[in-house]
Amino acid sequence: MIHFVLLISRQGKVRLTKWYSTYSQKERTKVIRELSGVILTRGPKLCNFVEWRGLKVVYKRYASLYFCMCIDPDGNELEILEIIHHYVEVLDRYFGSVIELTSLIICRKAYYILDEILISGELQEPGKRTIVRAVAAQDSLVETVKEQTGSISTIIAQASK
Amino acid sequence: MNPFSSGTRLRDMIRAIRSCKTAAEERAVVRKECAAIRAAISENDQDYRHRNLAKLMFIHMLGYPTHFGQMECLKLIASSGFPEKRIGYLALMLLLDERQEVLMLVTNSLKQDLNHSNQYIIGLALCALGNICSAEMARDLAPEVERLLQFRDPNIRKKAALCSIRIIKKVPDLAENFINPAASLLREKHHGVLITAVQLCTDLCKVSSEALEYFREKCTEGLVKTLKDMANSSYSPEYDVAGITDPFLHIRLLKLLRILGQGDPDASDCMNDILAQVATKIESNKNAGNAILYECVGTIMSIEDNGGLRVLAINILGRFLSNRDNNIRYVALNMLMKAMTVDAQAVQRHRATILECVKDSDASIRKKALDLVYLLVNESNVKPLTKELIEYLEASDQEFKGVLTDKICSLVEKFSPEKIWYIDQMLKVLSEAGSFVKDEVWHALIVVISNASDLHGYSVRALYRALQTTTEQESLVRVAVWCIGEYGDILVNNVGMLDIEEPITVTESDAVDAVEVAIKRHTSDLTTKAMALIALLKLSSRFPSCSARIKDIILQNKQSFVLELQQRSIEFNCILQKHQNIRAALVERMPVLDEATFSGRRAGSLPTSVSTSTGTAHNIPNGIAKPAAAPVADLLDLSSDDAPAPSSSGGDFLQDLLGVDLSTASAPPSKLGCTNGTDLRNIRVKSTSKRWYNVLLDLLSIGTSPPAQSSSSASDILSSIQDNTASLANLNGLTSLSPLSANGNSPVSPAPVMDLLDGFGPSPQKNEENGPAYPSLVAYESSSLRMSFNFSKQPGNPQTTLIQATFTNLSPNVYNDFLFQAAVPKFLQLHLDPASSNTLPANGSISQSMKVTNSQHGKKSLVMRIRIAYKMNGKEVFGRGASQQFPPFRVRDQFWGKDKRRASFVRHGPTAARSDGIHLHLAARSEFVLIFSSLTMKQDLNWVDLLIPDDVARSELELTFSSLTMMQDLNKVDLLISDDEARSE
Repeated sequence: MIHFVLLISRQGKVRLTKWYSTYSQKERTKVIRELSGVILTRGPKLCNFVEWRGLKVVYKRYASLYFCMCIDPDGNELEILEIIHHYVEVLDRYFGSVIELTSLIICRKAYYILDEILISGELQEPGKRTIVRAVAAQDSLVETVKEQTGSISTIIAQASK
Repeated sequence: MNPFSSGTRLRDMIRAIRSCKTAAEERAVVRKECAAIRAAISENDQDYRHRNLAKLMFIHMLGYPTHFGQMECLKLIASSGFPEKRIGYLALMLLLDERQEVLMLVTNSLKQDLNHSNQYIIGLALCALGNICSAEMARDLAPEVERLLQFRDPNIRKKAALCSIRIIKKVPDLAENFINPAASLLREKHHGVLITAVQLCTDLCKVSSEALEYFREKCTEGLVKTLKDMANSSYSPEYDVAGITDPFLHIRLLKLLRILGQGDPDASDCMNDILAQVATKIESNKNAGNAILYECVGTIMSIEDNGGLRVLAINILGRFLSNRDNNIRYVALNMLMKAMTVDAQAVQRHRATILECVKDSDASIRKKALDLVYLLVNESNVKPLTKELIEYLEASDQEFKGVLTDKICSLVEKFSPEKIWYIDQMLKVLSEAGSFVKDEVWHALIVVISNASDLHGYSVRALYRALQTTTEQESLVRVAVWCIGEYGDILVNNVGMLDIEEPITVTESDAVDAVEVAIKRHTSDLTTKAMALIALLKLSSRFPSCSARIKDIILQNKQSFVLELQQRSIEFNCILQKHQNIRAALVERMPVLDEATFSGRRAGSLPTSVSTSTGTAHNIPNGIAKPAAAPVADLLDLSSDDAPAPSSSGGDFLQDLLGVDLSTASAPPSKLGCTNGTDLRNIRVKSTSKRWYNVLLDLLSIGTSPPAQSSSSASDILSSIQDNTASLANLNGLTSLSPLSANGNSPVSPAPVMDLLDGFGPSPQKNEENGPAYPSLVAYESSSLRMSFNFSKQPGNPQTTLIQATFTNLSPNVYNDFLFQAAVPKFLQLHLDPASSNTLPANGSISQSMKVTNSQHGKKSLVMRIRIAYKMNGKEVFGRGASQQFPPFRVRDQFWGKDKRRASFVRHGPTAARSDGIHLHLAARSEFVLIFSSLTMKQDLNWVDLLIPDDVARSELELTFSSLTMMQDLNKVDLLISDDEARSE
């Protein structure tokens, strides 16, 4: 099980957090601080696993972003690397380029995609196309609703004039 | 419209926050935004609700409090539109955690959304539930989720399956409802559903053995077939990762098979073929393939034995181990640790490679490899492996040295084939990484050296040599200084030279030099310096020629700002100057330190001071019961007796560095006797100073005007103390007498605190082992009535103590209407049986039994207030008391009085932890004296908080307490002599 997912920039700024195990707000801040201290200081050629508080943190750097996932000590570290990669590829497909992730404007979308990949810390869908399609479908649903309300409100606005 | 509510756009806010140069600037921006959002919330602004929430999520991520937005999440979730719900659920998952009560409010919305007609809304609700579900929500919503496992759209089925995992983890009782639906999901073709279904089954097996049996029986073959199909399937672009179809599903299937095969030969048999196929066929040049192989090896190791497969698995790990990718090597080491339990021999074959990994540049790999090496070491390979590790110790970086040192020390200790090798290795470690060596490790080394009498010379010479090359390693210096102090003469005279040693010439002044360096080095800490002072004192008698110089060095610390050093310096100077006659005996070599006691201590048990009782008095060995005549000489003789034979010395020998003999008099069976004996002997050692001696005698005899009527055997003990003979006088006996001596003459007066000390030393465990043999206790005593308690426990029920109270009439009158009442605090339950009679005949006795159940057994001691009422010659008499301390427990509670003064004492010294201490309330002077003497036995007491009766003078107090603290640490004993004399002069 994945306990949490963190995206941290190389400067130590948090870009995305998702908690699947219960951590209080205080603990969350502490975890982030501790882990960014450990992970950001590790050299480039070292292995992607850090043992931390009896758990394991698997991290991987893409562009200037560190993707970190925390798992149980008996979890499969190599698979988590694949899951991270899976997530990155889906982000890539959805946005065109991961680099954009660093500009945080799209952060909500990154959460929506993550929610299509992981639920309660377990992998939900191995097919990338399925994920992109699911997110896109919901996006378009939002758009339609907005257009409708938009048109209704314009109608009302016109009518009230 | 509110001027704030339109606010800035999300994009603008993020830009504003990012452009902040300082944290203060950022805080200001965030504060302004939060104010705007709060205003919008109070306006109940609909239009910008989800923009505000998006802002809040961003602010939350920066670590600012966002609790005020929680209700907004709920409002958005409750609204009807998809966009609102979408962001509402997102914010819910982000801003709330499972512990917040707000979640209770959301359950209803979730229930509605789980039954919604729009499948995307169901999806949102399932996702949120899966991520933040609490136990209550799980119970409420489990039926909805269960139903959704059969939903027409596979996207909902897979979400529901993962949601079920969270539910059964929160409430394992619900597992049985999910077994059947999960099993039917296993037949799905959709990868998403299949992957989640396999995961659900895995988690079901973990929480329910029923589920495990079910799946093992019904699904093993199906799963094997699914895996086979997967492994043989042709390329499918949607699920392909690096040429392998859906590695995620592979891994999950293997994981489930592992659980099913574990401990079940049939199931294991069923999956052998496919495991072999996966292990041989999967390509290992990409991470995805390696992930599957890794999982497969794990499964092979876990299921029931199949020789061929295991060889295959170990070979895969061997290949991993030689891989250049650090990740692969890391997982190989990880798996080899698990393989150790299965096939240690096969892992041993990779020893050389693993040892290389200890030197890797990657900390994660180093640590894993070191853990593995630690497991690999056995009697046959300990020498070469330790050699390698110690060599590496030089090169390793500071951060890793600590861990490495720990492991080496523990290995050396565990597997050392001979003492000389152990000493050698420890010396190397000390010289290389002495500052990382834990205290108990070098303590252990000293114990071992002390026990190896034929290696004393070798050790001290080796340490001396090591000290010449490096003085930077604190614990090396400590051990060396200790050994030079103890075995300085051996060092100089080259006694016990071994063949393998190179000859070395050390003069007396060289040895003193070495210690002097240690004391003058700036980086030496207090312990080292203190130890060096003692070593000097010891050398002063070993090397008469250097005596003057040693005195100089000791005197240099007279003005030390550190109390400890100053004190020692003054004390030792006194010994050197004024007590030439006793010096030699005082600084005798330490007796052999007892290994068993030490290891017992390390193991965390308290081998010292075993259960005490008033009854042990007759067990006391009379080894030290010397007549009062010439006590000092005799005593000191005693302490220099060798023949420490079955030393059960309770003293912390490393504190007792001075080497006043602790063990001479100790003889089985009473360890307690030993402890007590030690302390009392110390008192007598102190008595070299006449005046102090008198004071002490005074102190001891204060309570000893034995009441005429007392028939207690303890009074004998008291008088024997006065005679200065049977000094082992069981102090516990003494203390239980305390009310007696205090109140002996008033017919019925409060006997508030009795037997405070009885329970100090004994560890409860010991008592339990000893079965029902608890010492009895005089709980109340006046001139006319004595009440004693006998304790017993039912086996297997340590919480409950049965107490048999015996009331003895000491007067010639008959007591009528006798009534005994007892009250206990809430954590105790008291059941009082009726007394055998309510009339107490003259000089007769009656008994009454009670049962006390301690709900905090082991944490709190039995405490009881008692009240006794009876009529004597038609007159009512009351007796009252608080029986504070029953035998096997420690004093923790306190009874504060009004007219008492209070004093706190904290033991000082480097080794004292500050945790253990007591509060005591002393009713009378006599108690004070008794308590003080008993406290001296309490080695692990670090602070004492006392209420002092008025009749104890301050000076007395100071004296007593300096001795109290000192007796714990024999080094300090001598201050009393000198200090006292200095005052009298």
